[in-house]
Amino acid sequence: MSALTKISNFFMTPAMKIAMIVAALLFPFVAGNEYQIYVMALAFVWAIAVYGMNIITGLCGQLNLAHGGFFAMGAYALAILTVDHGWAFWPAFIAAGAVGAILGFLVGVISLRLKEHYFAIFTLCVGFIIYLLLDKWEELTHGALGIINIPAPSGFGLVDFTETTPFYYLALAFMVLSIWLASRIAHSLLGRTFLAIRISDDLAASLGINLMRNKVLAFVLSTTYASVAGALYAGMVRFIGPAEAEVTHTFDMITYLLVGGIGTLMGPLLGTLVITWLTQSLQFLEEYRMIVFGPMLVVLVIFFPKGVVGSFLSWRGRRLAAAHDASQAKEKAASNTSSSKSSAASTQEAGNHA
Amino acid sequence: MLKIHNLTKRFGGLAAVNNVSIEFEANKINAIIGPNGAGKSTFFNLVAGAMAPTEGRIEYQGMDITGMACDRIARLGIARTFQTTMLFDQSTVLDNLIVGHRLRTQSRLWDVIINSKRLRDEEKKCRARAQEVLDFVGLSHIGHRITADISQEEKKRVAFALALATDPELVLLDEPAGGINPEETENLAALIRKMVDHGVTVCLIEHKMDMIMSLADKIMVIDHGEKIAEGTPDEVKNNPLVIEAYLGSDEDAAA
Ligand SMILES: Nc1ncnc2c1ncn2[C@@H]1O[C@H](COP(=O)(O)OP(=O)(O)OP(=O)(O)O)[C@@H](O)[C@H]1O
Ligand SMILES: [Mg+2]
Repeated sequence: MSALTKISNFFMTPAMKIAMIVAALLFPFVAGNEYQIYVMALAFVWAIAVYGMNIITGLCGQLNLAHGGFFAMGAYALAILTVDHGWAFWPAFIAAGAVGAILGFLVGVISLRLKEHYFAIFTLCVGFIIYLLLDKWEELTHGALGIINIPAPSGFGLVDFTETTPFYYLALAFMVLSIWLASRIAHSLLGRTFLAIRISDDLAASLGINLMRNKVLAFVLSTTYASVAGALYAGMVRFIGPAEAEVTHTFDMITYLLVGGIGTLMGPLLGTLVITWLTQSLQFLEEYRMIVFGPMLVVLVIFFPKGVVGSFLSWRGRRLAAAHDASQAKEKAASNTSSSKSSAASTQEAGNHA
Repeated sequence: MLKIHNLTKRFGGLAAVNNVSIEFEANKINAIIGPNGAGKSTFFNLVAGAMAPTEGRIEYQGMDITGMACDRIARLGIARTFQTTMLFDQSTVLDNLIVGHRLRTQSRLWDVIINSKRLRDEEKKCRARAQEVLDFVGLSHIGHRITADISQEEKKRVAFALALATDPELVLLDEPAGGINPEETENLAALIRKMVDHGVTVCLIEHKMDMIMSLADKIMVIDHGEKIAEGTPDEVKNNPLVIEAYLGSDEDAAA
């Protein structure tokens, strides 16, 4: 077995998962400073939302451009309940998730009647309406001022989540949970059902799949992910404004997905981390970083259209198939030579008789 | 098995299917032929429930299924393949087939979250069914390949297998032999016969006359949305209306 095969096999093992979790657990100890831990925690929070987007867009094939809007909704639900209504963090957190699910259901039932780019355009409008609501409905949302003094997650007197490192571990825990659920879904019959819809509505329906029910389910899952991530975000940065609902966040998340590999399991995380740290390391270029960034994205989309993880998986799938074919051919050749030997023997025998 | 009464589908002013009545018997190979744009695929779309007819009635096993949703019709036992083969290119052939049996399972989100026994059993069942239909279409040796890497003919077979994984009683095949060579066409015809031998009723659209004439028990000819003939291959072959529909343009050119 070549070293390459060994390495690529290792990526698929449980040991790899454990290695990744251990690395994440150790990160605060090896990080150069608190800021790096903060950036990483923030990346984890965004990654949760990106996993949500991966369910509706990656698995189910419906490009939801309101995703950032639902992230902001989750953040606002938490902020309004805690700051204006005196709720404790965790009940408000659960409520924020529920708000995401319920609004997701309502928006989904309407918007998913539309197909393909009509759906994308409709959700783009929904995202903008969410932004307008947050910006203009001052009695509820405090308008352009935003909401300040949002409480951090309560640590029940055991931990203080206003500190960066404890929050980092909290974000990590939520992200691992999110990935675990996403993986359950992706590898189950439900994930396969979503994937059939991604291939084609007509095909899925002809296979007896109820399009509306499954699309709405995928949509609700994705908006719940987004609003949970948003609520966590609010508890981390402790100050939010209408800018959270700007469509650029949605496009950022799409970029993470494309870079990592849309529809794959580890793509959302990898894409989020790569872009986050790339952005950080190009910080010194300020606005000009797009000059580096843009061409890099273009190159990536041309040479790795399935993203990093997607390209890796196809490469590995092809190698496995080729290896399988080769071993089958070998077996066949082996059985052929033995049978040709025996037939040669029998001809010889026949010859002897003659 | 399938009775069609005065079926009509209009797209704006165009009657893509116009007042077609026909009956297809169980365990037979029924073919639909006709020039391009005659309304053949539209006819399938109506039967499969992909679109609702403007007028008329579709009766399947004595049940009125007119205007019923596509997924319900699939669950009643009507499966189909499409004129353009649609598969998930990035996963393996076997992986493509597992979802085919989904309609015979019950698992929901909750089963997924708790990884219930029902889900595990059903996943096993779907995988077993996928393997079965893969064997049936003679592709068990390529189940592990990435779908993007298999040949056109193999893709057609995978599409058959996917339709069969739904446990259908009636299968609608839209131009199964489109874009494949004569030898492969014969192999595909043999596979279609095998399906019928296993109790599946087949209804197919095809342009390849040799294949149709040797394969079909009954042929319906449509032109401009209207049924212009039906009968055995010999009856249809000698029908002057059919000859005109197919050769009409040539004669015009000669005249
Ligand atoms: N969804 C649709 N909306 C509007 N017109 C349609 C639609 N589907 C089909 N048509 C029209 O109906 C007519 C019949 O189309 P159909 O696809 O049924 O033909 P066909 O017999 O399958 O042809 P081919 O042999 O080329 O596949 C064509 O004129 C086509 O343009
Ligand atoms: Mg057609």
